[in-house]
Amino acid sequence: MQLPILESINLMAVLPVLIIAGWACVLLVFDLLIPRSRKHWTAWLALVGLLGAAVALFFQIGHFARLGSEAAFDGMVTVDGFSIFLQVVFVLTAIVGVLLALDYLPRHGIERGEYYVLLLFTTIGMMIMSMAADLIVVFVALELLSIPLYILSGFAGMRETSEEAALKYFLLGAFASSFLVYGIALTYGGTGTTRLTGIAQAVTSDALNLPLTTVGMGLLLVGLGFKVAAVPFHMWTPDVYQGAPTPVTAFMSVGAKAGGFAALIRVLVTAFPAIASEWGTLIAVIAGLTMLLGNIVAISQSNIKRMLAYSSIAHAGYILLAVAAAQRSENASFAIGAVVFYLLAYALTNLGAFTVAIAVERDDGTGTEIDDFAGLGKTRPWMALAMALFMLSLTGMPISGGLVGKVFVFQAALQAVPGDPLLLAVVIIGVLTSVVSAFYYLKVIMVMYMREGEGKAVLPLALKTVLAATAFGTLVLGIIPGPVFQMAQRAMLK
Amino acid sequence: MIPLHWYLLVAAGMFALGIYGVLARRNAVAILMSIELMLNAVNINLVAFWRYMAPEALNGQMFAILVFAVAAAEAAVGLALIISIYRNRETVVAEDINLLKW
Repeated sequence: MQLPILESINLMAVLPVLIIAGWACVLLVFDLLIPRSRKHWTAWLALVGLLGAAVALFFQIGHFARLGSEAAFDGMVTVDGFSIFLQVVFVLTAIVGVLLALDYLPRHGIERGEYYVLLLFTTIGMMIMSMAADLIVVFVALELLSIPLYILSGFAGMRETSEEAALKYFLLGAFASSFLVYGIALTYGGTGTTRLTGIAQAVTSDALNLPLTTVGMGLLLVGLGFKVAAVPFHMWTPDVYQGAPTPVTAFMSVGAKAGGFAALIRVLVTAFPAIASEWGTLIAVIAGLTMLLGNIVAISQSNIKRMLAYSSIAHAGYILLAVAAAQRSENASFAIGAVVFYLLAYALTNLGAFTVAIAVERDDGTGTEIDDFAGLGKTRPWMALAMALFMLSLTGMPISGGLVGKVFVFQAALQAVPGDPLLLAVVIIGVLTSVVSAFYYLKVIMVMYMREGEGKAVLPLALKTVLAATAFGTLVLGIIPGPVFQMAQRAMLK
Repeated sequence: MIPLHWYLLVAAGMFALGIYGVLARRNAVAILMSIELMLNAVNINLVAFWRYMAPEALNGQMFAILVFAVAAAEAAVGLALIISIYRNRETVVAEDINLLKW
């Protein structure tokens, strides 16, 4: 016998999240029993939890390929292909986040079990974000994603830059999320509901208060724009990425961004299809500005983490272009496919690039200048080769996932509204800024191979594994993107 | 009964004050307080909308409760960060915390 309340909660649909959430709580207590010198046990246990979630996700892939979508918690969350695909990305990113920290934390004297627990908590936030079907869930998931990240970015507490990064991230993040929640309140006032599908209905009915809803949507975009680091809400990105411990930077440059995009797509496509051409225009303009600023400012950077921060702003611009292309429902499935494919390609490439940055970084937190890469081509030929691949992929050169992702994004934008001058202009900006980006990405390759230097790097087994896996993934996405893109396209919202 | 837009005006005023505080105050604790003010403005909005627009569903009320639960979590993390910075640098003035260039 099953109680009706349990049926509407539908725990099986959110099983991966439950596994990680339960495991994180257990780990929090268990970590107290582990002696200070053996904190890597916590790391391995966290990995076990993440692998458990990965197994659950694996079974769900087949299940949802057949069923389409399922609601859980009385419709507060929707599990569909889109959320499953992104949850896979999040769990993989979290596994990489643990592996990267395994040697980094003890080397830098900041090994604490809390790192792994907080990492699991923020991963849950991202996963819930990708399945949110109600604005309340969007808000709570966003905070669950953000608050552990504030702490993680200040994790190297005795290093002043890390602390400062955490404070800046926290103050600006809390500021932005209060805009988001104000936007949600106004949308709720304008439509009388917080359910995304309910808002979509209300937007087309007479009961709507259009000014309130429009202002609400605008403020929502401010909050989510902050999370994905879109211009003009990008100011925190370079400081936080530079100051935070590098594994945290790697993790959040991928995870927090993908989480923000997941919520952005859910909210815009599900709740506001009726005013799609308005938000489409707005997002396209923001996309163009983001590409321009990110790529142009990145040229003058000398610190690898800061350069990758501006590069991540630039890539947010490309992904936003695909989001703008989702404005027409006929094109939405292709555009959303392009977004999730790009996110996956970006995740693999960026995690790989940060892995190399971690290997080169010295124990006191220095060694993050691009000049420190000099000589790596001779001393560490394989690592330099992988880094060259990542840089080429970020630029968008052939046989890399980055190129395929960009092609899909531009194609989605051109199909979206045929003959629309704005989207065409943004696509042209995108192509031109990709060329500009070659300046600073190729500079890293040039420094590695052409310049003489010590070329010192510490590359333990965990980093080697991550490096091999991400390089392999980047190549696979570049050479045979077909199967993954088909999966990504089926990952549309239901 | 007091009309809905009075509540909305009070909330908008509080929210604007909060924004002013975040942008103009230099002390990190004061910035944090301004953020709390913004979140409370949102709560007034939520409860007013709930009462006037959709009293049959509890969304608005529940959301307000979640907002202050989150605000409490944010305050806890924020104050911890501020204390840890104060221990290292003897200052909580945002402008003095500027090793990283903006």
